[in-house]
Amino acid sequence: MDLTKPYPAPTQETEPFWQGLRNEQVLLQRCDDCGKWIFYPRSNCPSCLSTKLTWHQVSGEGTLYTFTVTRQATAPHFVDEVPQLIAMIDLNEGVRLTSTLVARESDDLKVGAKVVPVFDHVNDEVTLLRYRLA
Amino acid sequence: MKLDGKAAIVGYHEYPHIRKFTGKRKFTLGQWADLTRLSLDDAGLEASDINGLVCTEIRETVSFTPATIVEYLGQPVNFAERVDLGGASPVGMVWRAAAAIELGLADVVVCALPGQPIPSNPNPGPVDPRRYFQSSSVNWGSPQAEFEIPYGNLAQNCGYAMIAQRYAAEYDYDPRAMAKIVVDQRRSGALNPNAVFYGKPVSIDDVLASKLVADPLRMLEIVMPVAGGAAVIVASEDVAKRCKHRPVWIKGFGEHLTMKTPTYAEDLCRSPVGPASSKAFEMADVARSDIDACEIYDCYTITVLLTLEDAGFCEKGEGMEFIRSHDLSCFGDFPVNSHGGQLGMGQGGGAGGMTQVIEGARQIMGRADQRQLSRCDHVYVSGTGGIMSEQAALILKGD
Repeated sequence: MDLTKPYPAPTQETEPFWQGLRNEQVLLQRCDDCGKWIFYPRSNCPSCLSTKLTWHQVSGEGTLYTFTVTRQATAPHFVDEVPQLIAMIDLNEGVRLTSTLVARESDDLKVGAKVVPVFDHVNDEVTLLRYRLA
Repeated sequence: MKLDGKAAIVGYHEYPHIRKFTGKRKFTLGQWADLTRLSLDDAGLEASDINGLVCTEIRETVSFTPATIVEYLGQPVNFAERVDLGGASPVGMVWRAAAAIELGLADVVVCALPGQPIPSNPNPGPVDPRRYFQSSSVNWGSPQAEFEIPYGNLAQNCGYAMIAQRYAAEYDYDPRAMAKIVVDQRRSGALNPNAVFYGKPVSIDDVLASKLVADPLRMLEIVMPVAGGAAVIVASEDVAKRCKHRPVWIKGFGEHLTMKTPTYAEDLCRSPVGPASSKAFEMADVARSDIDACEIYDCYTITVLLTLEDAGFCEKGEGMEFIRSHDLSCFGDFPVNSHGGQLGMGQGGGAGGMTQVIEGARQIMGRADQRQLSRCDHVYVSGTGGIMSEQAALILKGD
């Protein structure tokens, strides 16, 4: 049974995002045609399908849209992370992403709380974008 | 574009739901054939009457699924479709069958969903990643493989829990009302011999004492996986007239898809069943107040709550009060999942949502025994796939 952590394998569309995280920067695509911010990275704008997308550095700060505390692992690969604090983060630019909170269950975790990025360099190739309370 | 409401469910079969299946194992193809035979028998039809089928995935092939099934059944068809809508598939299958019949493509369409374990393979290959990651895709290039799974956001529990947590932050959230959904449904399920919890009602305190799985959802608010499987026969008006039971006319439907991962929902508290249900009611020209029974896809309690609100049975944010003020059991003033729902019957994999379709048909046919409603002419049925990412609704009617 292969229980190696399922880390991301970047693609041609997403590599700049992951490279940014390695440099402790949050990069987002923005559509040159309609101006909408985009997450996750892709080849076409999900508002107008334009291919004219440009990378921009943003603060990565946002608010906690929702979260849960898991009492059993969501897959055997995450047994060591239980209780997992899985969260959805609304970035200030208006896009939402999935992350985990670097926090204790006993912390004052509330929907709407301000959160800031934590760059978790899990190995030489991969940095995950986690969050903590601001 | 609308249905004329001239196709009907005329027969069905449902395997009893069993926690640990110990019977003779059949391949999904064999289960398909068996469910087809039993549901045709129920309708009073023969194998040679079939000229259409709607399926979902089967275990014996990854593609060419309808042709594989047609060959196994030995019955050529004029209409075949494979539906891929997760838990919304049963509802999606039934309206597609009705649409094909109204278009004149077929007049007897079988929709089957095997749900029992298959024989153990003596030469198993490598472990299928779906065993761990379930409905989340780990394929390279899959957005989930890259942006969800590395954070542990996979499978169903944590997604539904995050929906419930968001709802709790925006609106009234009452754990006792959420538990009451389970209690009322299990009261009906306790009278359903096909249910895994037959003869086993629960109390609000039992639900609140069950262990937390992912805050705020507790074990008894989540379906139990069981062996199951079900099929329905959908037929034209002419065929329906010569079948055994009161026809269950498919009067309206709707379907709406918005995303795969709930992170990308615009508003987690407003689910796709809203637009799907509006379309279904409009097409059927039926009012919410005409509905005698709601058979609501209930993988979790939160799914029932949001569906009651989004389908328009109460206002957004008033779901808790609605649940507190109505008896949802089959003896109540607002029956929801009069068969126990999947929370009461257990979830037979992808066949789970067919229990909702079948209970709607069973009540209209007048075959629900101790659970039979005194009057049942209009039924609302919902289907939910993924994490409220793809949903569908049906309006069923008896003459």
